Amino acid sequence: MSTENKIKKDSTNQGSMGGGPMGRGGWGAMGRPVEKAKDFKGSLKRLLSYFLPEKTRLSIVVTAAVLGTIFNIVGPKILGLATTKLFNGLIAKFMMLAKNQAISKALAQNPALPLQLLPVPGIEFGYIGKVILILLALYIISAIFIFIQQYLMAGVAQRTIYKLRKEVDEKLSRLPLKYFDGRTHGEILSRAVNDVDNISSTLQQSITQLITSAVSLVGVLIMMLSISWELSLIVLVTLPMSMFVVTGIAKRSQEYFRRQQRSLGDLNGHVEEAYTGHKIVKAFGHEGRAISQFDKLNEAFCDAGWKAQYVSGIIMPLMRFVGNIGYVFVAVVGGIMATQNAISLGDVQAFIQYSSQFTQPITMLANITNVIQSAMASAERVFELLDEEEQVPEAKDAHINKDPQGAVEFQHVRFGYSKENILMEDMNIQVKPGQMIAIVGPTGAGKTTLVNLLMRFYEVDGGKILVDGIDITKLKRGDLRRIFGMVLQDTWLFHGTIRDNIAYGREDADEAEIIQASTAAYADNFIRTLPEGYNMVLNEEATNISQGQKQLLTIARAFLADPEILILDEATSSVDTRTELLIQKAMNELMKGRTNFVIAHRLSTIREADLILVMKHGTIIEKGTHMGLLKQKGFYADLYNSQFQGHIQKEAEKQKA
Amino acid sequence: MIKLIRFLNPYRLVLVLILVLAIGQSAANLYLPNLMADIVNKGIASFDTNYIWKTGGIMLIIAVGGTLCAVVGIYFSSQVAVGMVSSIRASIFKKVQHFSLHEFDTVSTASLITRTTNDTTQIQQVMVMILNMLLTAPITLVVGIIMALKQDVGLSWVLMVIIPILIVVIIILLFKAVPLFTVMQVKLDKLNLILGENLTGVRVVRAFNRIKHEEKRFDEANYDVTDTAIKVNQLMASMMPVMMLMINLSSVAIIWFGSNRVNAGTLQMGAMFAFLQYSMQILFSLLLVAMMFVMIPRAEASAKRINEVLDMQPEIMDADTVKETAKLRGLVEFKDVTFWYLGAEKPALSNITFTASPGKVTAIIGSTGAGKSTLVSLIPRFYDVQTGKLLVDGVETREMSQEHLRKKIGFVPQKAVLFTGTINENIRYGKEDATEDEIKHAADVAQASEFIAQMKDGFNSVISQGGTNVSGGQMQRLSIARALVRKPEIYIFDDTFSALDFKTDAKLRAALKGETYNSTVLIVAQRVSTVIDADQIIVLDGGKIEGMGTHAELMKSCDVYKGIVSSQLSAAEIEEEHI
Repeated sequence: MSTENKIKKDSTNQGSMGGGPMGRGGWGAMGRPVEKAKDFKGSLKRLLSYFLPEKTRLSIVVTAAVLGTIFNIVGPKILGLATTKLFNGLIAKFMMLAKNQAISKALAQNPALPLQLLPVPGIEFGYIGKVILILLALYIISAIFIFIQQYLMAGVAQRTIYKLRKEVDEKLSRLPLKYFDGRTHGEILSRAVNDVDNISSTLQQSITQLITSAVSLVGVLIMMLSISWELSLIVLVTLPMSMFVVTGIAKRSQEYFRRQQRSLGDLNGHVEEAYTGHKIVKAFGHEGRAISQFDKLNEAFCDAGWKAQYVSGIIMPLMRFVGNIGYVFVAVVGGIMATQNAISLGDVQAFIQYSSQFTQPITMLANITNVIQSAMASAERVFELLDEEEQVPEAKDAHINKDPQGAVEFQHVRFGYSKENILMEDMNIQVKPGQMIAIVGPTGAGKTTLVNLLMRFYEVDGGKILVDGIDITKLKRGDLRRIFGMVLQDTWLFHGTIRDNIAYGREDADEAEIIQASTAAYADNFIRTLPEGYNMVLNEEATNISQGQKQLLTIARAFLADPEILILDEATSSVDTRTELLIQKAMNELMKGRTNFVIAHRLSTIREADLILVMKHGTIIEKGTHMGLLKQKGFYADLYNSQFQGHIQKEAEKQKA
Repeated sequence: MIKLIRFLNPYRLVLVLILVLAIGQSAANLYLPNLMADIVNKGIASFDTNYIWKTGGIMLIIAVGGTLCAVVGIYFSSQVAVGMVSSIRASIFKKVQHFSLHEFDTVSTASLITRTTNDTTQIQQVMVMILNMLLTAPITLVVGIIMALKQDVGLSWVLMVIIPILIVVIIILLFKAVPLFTVMQVKLDKLNLILGENLTGVRVVRAFNRIKHEEKRFDEANYDVTDTAIKVNQLMASMMPVMMLMINLSSVAIIWFGSNRVNAGTLQMGAMFAFLQYSMQILFSLLLVAMMFVMIPRAEASAKRINEVLDMQPEIMDADTVKETAKLRGLVEFKDVTFWYLGAEKPALSNITFTASPGKVTAIIGSTGAGKSTLVSLIPRFYDVQTGKLLVDGVETREMSQEHLRKKIGFVPQKAVLFTGTINENIRYGKEDATEDEIKHAADVAQASEFIAQMKDGFNSVISQGGTNVSGGQMQRLSIARALVRKPEIYIFDDTFSALDFKTDAKLRAALKGETYNSTVLIVAQRVSTVIDADQIIVLDGGKIEGMGTHAELMKSCDVYKGIVSSQLSAAEIEEEHI
């Protein structure tokens, strides 16, 4: 006899459909492992503070949710009035008909009896009709309220998320480089994207669900008690049973899900390795080995997987079973009470509907608790990001370097990425405008450290760096960086047109300047051969132009920016010879009339440098000119000799011959 | 999706069982209201307490039965769903193991990984959903309609009206919502792209002072996403109340028209409630079936990608009868070989003819895209040549078994690849029965012993996935050791040395000489200093051989070679060279 209970369920849970005594509840996150927030209260409070500007709308949402739920809850009780009327009318009618039957029988036997056929009462359709109309009105009003609630919540939730995302993005631009270097991009993206998405969907759905479930729970309990406390007792007894099912099985289920997750991780790891290393697997003839290992991992995953699915899958039917036990007892006891006229039939029917609505919000609430827990854990991670220490604020009355020349000086610079690992101690360097400084050393020697310090991506731990005699911490970062240009090997281009990518060098550049810059960088030619020339859109990975072409674009960008000091990365190993020549020419052009820091690989560049900085493990271990360093017979001399060893040996052999 | 159904074949019998159990579950679902109707009709109406108790007992039994059907059904369906997807995954993996590089090029490695992992997981989710939950819906729909008709044909017109309306409403909403969801995804991807770009380019953004610009770009995309998200959610906001209203209206209609029929005596009171109950179950099953139609297209995209892989025919397979090679050990001969990549306009290699003999070092130099790596990938038969012949020890490679051919080769790729496991295991990959001494020796030669000794567990140190705990140069050296331990007849170094610094490069090449004197060595290189000592240098340009000979010979005869040399060594050095 339960009818609206199903409808109710859906109003509180968009994700799943179902209901009825044997219906389906919404499970979602139930039975899966949940990540818990460390400081639930604090994070919740902070998250709620984001709603402040939406106060009015949010209170309308809450009111609409409460009213919508209440109107829906009253439904069965009112419907009960109609059924009671119908049933009583029917009984009365049958009783009368039965009496009339007896009368007519008696009359038939003895027409002389002073009996008259009694008037048969009709069912009061006027009353039932009124009830039905009231119900219709209730349902429509309830639907309208729920619509209002959901409709407004869409805006409230999404605007809040918009704000949060914006705040995260702006925060990222104020964080020091240290933050980005200290963790993987995946890690940061996961906070800025996945965690924010998680919060978003929770805000969108769970908050209103929480309200409606809570209201339903209280409302249904009140309605049940108002009908019959005896029957309510039966329902309340089933409550601990459902709790037992929920907690007991959910715990086991979580364990299986964890196991499934672990074995899936192992399996995916193996697949990734076997595929990316495919060439090697093939070259060494180990396909069979890869397959047998896969089979082992696949089987482990299959085993953990089906168990997780099974255990989480049976939570629902078991909950339904508990619900059904209550249903049967209510039906039986209610039925018996009805025969004793202790309760009306309509009330029994209404009560059955309420009782099956009662377990629903409980499971719903348990479910939402999990969802909200995980959202809070996400919120916590996002807040952690928002609370990260920002870079040192700009100097108060910043100097302005009106006419930059390009002189650089390190005075007693002390620096290390961590306190324990100091890379530079009392570093002193003096560079005059127009000089060329070569930075050499093995791969991974930490040449970026220099870039980090010059551009003030990192702060020095002691001493000073001066540009044109001004301490760089006294300059605004923007003004400092305007003096510098970078042409690094890991070219950074974004998804956009070639024009926009070059124009990145200077905001106000016009078309002529852009073309001039790319001509100077020997890029104009190849750009014009591209399908749409300057308007060609680089794809997301910028794979639709070659590595060498990318480097030419970054050179063009630097030309456009026209900085006083350049930092260049000479490495061109992945570029074809012709492009390499172009790049070399373009770089040489670019370097004219500027102070240049070159991460050098070519001997000729190194030889011509005014100063060579030899780096190893992030530290400058030697500095001087080519000849001076060779005489030192240190690391540089070693490096130089080994680099052209074969070459020099040849010379020796030739001379012998 | 339908094509993947064949993976259910081994489970046919179990599926029948699951179906029977699902019917049992639905029947129990539908029978309970029937019994409730009996309590009303016969029990309450005739004040028969005994009857009520008895019926209650039957209801309990039915409830237990229904639950048992559900629990046992889920027990089997979980195994079927997960098992089926596991065998799909295994088929993909096995198939991919037999792919040549051609197939890897066409589908891309990243996409193959996604297809084997994410796409199968997607299918699994849908299969679990369908078998565990949705399977009962259509059954309930059908059985429910039958039972409803049995209760009262006269009332069924209400269903005939409400069901089509509900279907139309669902279809309209889906048609409106699905494209919006797609747009939403595109915009979200765009937002994430900008964020990703800002992370990788953080230095450039700051160096060029474009923080404000980037913030604006992000803000616009963010606004765009929010706008669409609000629209989507507002549309979904109308979905629920409309559905509920439809269903509530039909229940009210049934009560009203039912009451009239009850009054007329054509319908029993209990039957009306039973009918109401069935209608509700029917309508909800309908919603579940609709959900199925939302789920399946989602899995459809995954299924399509999986089928693509399963339908691919690996280009390279062993010949039916394979030949073994004769005595010569490691002689590689290219005879007028021309090779096209699939769908390419120009051949990647044309008319390549040369011989690389045992005991000699053959170096291949040229610019990117000249075809150097392509050339050496032909030798282990990663690809098949289209015209011309490629012989190893006098036998055409396609006539040998792939296993036999590759046993002869020690291949060191451009980008070092290591596997999760210890250093020892990684080197042993080259020769499964290698002794500890052999492994140590290989590491020595590859200049890896020094850094291995510095690691905490030495040879037993574990390389993490993707080799993130060793540097590029160290990975490359381990990958060389892996080839060395094999003691192959043919060594192929595909631009292996550029990841090493000059000093290690020189040391390693000196040490290699003592190892490889009996074997055929092929070195692909970009640096002149790496090839300068080779017995034979092949200069490739645009897929053609531009010159062949020793360094000295080529300096005289080959312009392309001279160009390469002059771009790498300064004029002074070249002059030195000529003295």
